[in-house]
Amino acid sequence: MEMPTPNANVLSKKAHIVKRLSKILPAESVIFEEHETRAYECDALTAYRCLPMIAVLPETTQQVSDVLRVCYEEGVPVVPRGSGTSLAGGAMPTADCVILGVAKLNNVLETDYDNRLIRVQSGRTNLSVSGAVEEDGFFYAPDPSSQLACAIAGNIGMNSGGAHCLKYGVTTNNLMGVTMVMMDGEIVEIGGSHLDSAGLDLLGVICGSEGQLGVVTEATLRILSKPVGARPVLIAFDKNEVAGACVADIIKAGVLPVAMEFMDRLCIETSENFANAGYPNAEALLIVEVEGSELEIQEQLSKIITIAEKHNPIELRESKSEEESAKIWLGRKSAFGAIGQISDYMCLDGTIPVSELPYVLKRIGEIGNEYGLRVGNVFHAGDGNMHPLILFDANKPGDLELCEKMGAEILRLCVEVGGCLTGEHGVGVEKRDLMFNQYNEQDIEAQLNIKDVFDPKWLLNGAKVFPLVSTEDRRAA
Amino acid sequence: MIAPTTEAELSDFLSEASEPVRIVGGGTRQNLGNSVKAKKKLTTAGLTGITLLEPAALTLVVRSGTPLKEVQKALNEVNQQLPFEPMDHCDLLGSTGETTIGGVVACNISGSRRIQTGACRDSLIGVRFVDGMGTIVKNGGRVMKNVTGYDLVKLMAGSYGTLGVMTELSFKLLPKPEATASIKLHGLSDEDGIAALCKALGSPNDVNGAAHLNNETLIRIEGFSGSVEFRIEALKKLFPNFEISVETNSEKNKEIWNSIGNVSVFSKTTTSIWRLSVKPTSGPKIMDTLLKAGIKADAQYDWGGGLVYLSVPENIDIRNHLSNIQGHITLVRGNGGGADAMPVQNSLIKEIEEGLRKKFDPRKILNSGIMA
Repeated sequence: MEMPTPNANVLSKKAHIVKRLSKILPAESVIFEEHETRAYECDALTAYRCLPMIAVLPETTQQVSDVLRVCYEEGVPVVPRGSGTSLAGGAMPTADCVILGVAKLNNVLETDYDNRLIRVQSGRTNLSVSGAVEEDGFFYAPDPSSQLACAIAGNIGMNSGGAHCLKYGVTTNNLMGVTMVMMDGEIVEIGGSHLDSAGLDLLGVICGSEGQLGVVTEATLRILSKPVGARPVLIAFDKNEVAGACVADIIKAGVLPVAMEFMDRLCIETSENFANAGYPNAEALLIVEVEGSELEIQEQLSKIITIAEKHNPIELRESKSEEESAKIWLGRKSAFGAIGQISDYMCLDGTIPVSELPYVLKRIGEIGNEYGLRVGNVFHAGDGNMHPLILFDANKPGDLELCEKMGAEILRLCVEVGGCLTGEHGVGVEKRDLMFNQYNEQDIEAQLNIKDVFDPKWLLNGAKVFPLVSTEDRRAA
Repeated sequence: MIAPTTEAELSDFLSEASEPVRIVGGGTRQNLGNSVKAKKKLTTAGLTGITLLEPAALTLVVRSGTPLKEVQKALNEVNQQLPFEPMDHCDLLGSTGETTIGGVVACNISGSRRIQTGACRDSLIGVRFVDGMGTIVKNGGRVMKNVTGYDLVKLMAGSYGTLGVMTELSFKLLPKPEATASIKLHGLSDEDGIAALCKALGSPNDVNGAAHLNNETLIRIEGFSGSVEFRIEALKKLFPNFEISVETNSEKNKEIWNSIGNVSVFSKTTTSIWRLSVKPTSGPKIMDTLLKAGIKADAQYDWGGGLVYLSVPENIDIRNHLSNIQGHITLVRGNGGGADAMPVQNSLIKEIEEGLRKKFDPRKILNSGIMA
């Protein structure tokens, strides 16, 4: 992975910068010895690593502001970091950077059930936001699969999704306001406890900006009343096309399941061997989940089952108990882990129009054959967000590069059929160089212009999202 | 009136334009916003047509000048709808014309269902626009999950044309509900009405309309008929000692919620109309504050109390009395004692907004001054 040449001037000032940061933060919150900064050398995209110059762990918005002001004055690049679970290398350091981790900012500041909102510090983990309100019958809807560990800060940075976003939307649809520190240390409040913003929708552009516009320290999030119950049905088919047609018919019939997950043969078999979920021998498997009271669940499931039966499924299994529901989900939830047990893999995240599902699956199979690499498909079928898992051998020289090349080809395919490079993981460093497949120069320039306004010196996470060649002049200026 | 019929024509015009233009869709919301200094008008009325409607993917792509009515007709035929239920301003503003989908997006117009399914900006998933230099830009696309690069889609929604003239828009759709019901609680004060709405919205009944006016509190639910019947009973149980009536007729429900969405209650008055976006529970306090200041105001609450339309005698700037509220206040109609129509932002946000406008429209030719 090509990264910008570290700024020699910045590196030469390391001791001076450490000294200035140590005046702001307690000693244990300024990390600069190599054996300690090692913990920050990568995020969940572990194939790419780089030791940062310094890592800091501020505890208040004011400290974040003071840190950024120092970095701004000294011209030091800053890489913001939530919990480091990015699959796209969003929190990967550069050698001359200060990693600004928000993990110590993890308090709940306010819960307001009447107005259905919670205000938290941004280092709080996704699941513990729901955890703070669940006893009172509420939850925070976006549920990325890393939700046990990932921070709200990262969710906002990447505009994270999850399995339930067909019904509840992604982070941007559930974010009401932020406290954000600009690169020069200014603290700005955007949005809040009211529903729509005044003026331009700055919140909309901050969400998903991958830590390039500012460092979010607090967030106001929409919380919802928990549904009474939820139940999945498992439907297995002998052809991918038929499973795809079934998904389309369910949506066309006006049913909006809370989740619709798809697995192909490789994922079904691997998960079954790993988790013994009792999955049938099938080419394609759908897990469709609906929510509500008992009566509402029955009403929706009966419509779904009627539609599914028209497509002659090999098996149709309606859960009759909590245990059966858990078992239906078990295989799907262990799919990534199961694949990880048998091989190294790379997880893609392209989205496609749902109607292109059968074609894209066929093409992915063909591309896999051309490259001689196996691919498993497990994804959110309702919204077309694919997660092809390409299997490779990290110990075999050249295999990672081959896998990356094949991944790029699959992502180009997603764009060709009317989709996009990334549905919920973000661009980071991983897909940076593919951006011109989706956007032309004018489209990219419009985005770079936004960063110019928020971060004129291009110090915040500047080596991400856009091809380095397109940002070179701005970073150098 | 300049009326390009293609995106390329629009691009040519803007790249060579030498003076400011007022951008017009159907012209039904020309009174929204601060006054614009421009002699020429530029209309999107020539940029029409649905380019893609895919019911199985809940997706619509449409050119910006397409009349909203045409969009709704096409969606009706496939039993789907725009989730955000855009309001119509004609009655309230006394305007005429054919509302366009581009105008809806430019002003980020959302109706009662916003409380459940989000605003116009939440359903918008892709946009093409021409900026103030004539550059054609696209962002987002036609899929509902897309985090590729910055989200300019949201930024364009509600930008009142100041960053660019939108030419094509993509939306995420929703199925039309099989059944609708409204539960009415009678005889409640503003404070009790908002408290009831909070209770309903905080229950697991998927409430998607929550309004209060003239001592009547309205709670709407939609979905499959069995589910709606079930939730009517569940909601009734939430309010055991209230005077309740239930409306299940779909035409009547349409009338009720159109009237709320379009703020018809104030369409015939000669007062000034203010729109407040606030924390839902703070609505009744606002009325108290105004009452104490000797200002006679009438209110319609929507969005569970978070959207307040106030009818206030002319020539009073209510912002002078409400500087401490969380949220913002817009003058929608009439005279506000010299106040600007648009909310005034704090200096840092103002600086960011000006910076963005300077990038997209350096010559200040697009609806200049309408937002600030």
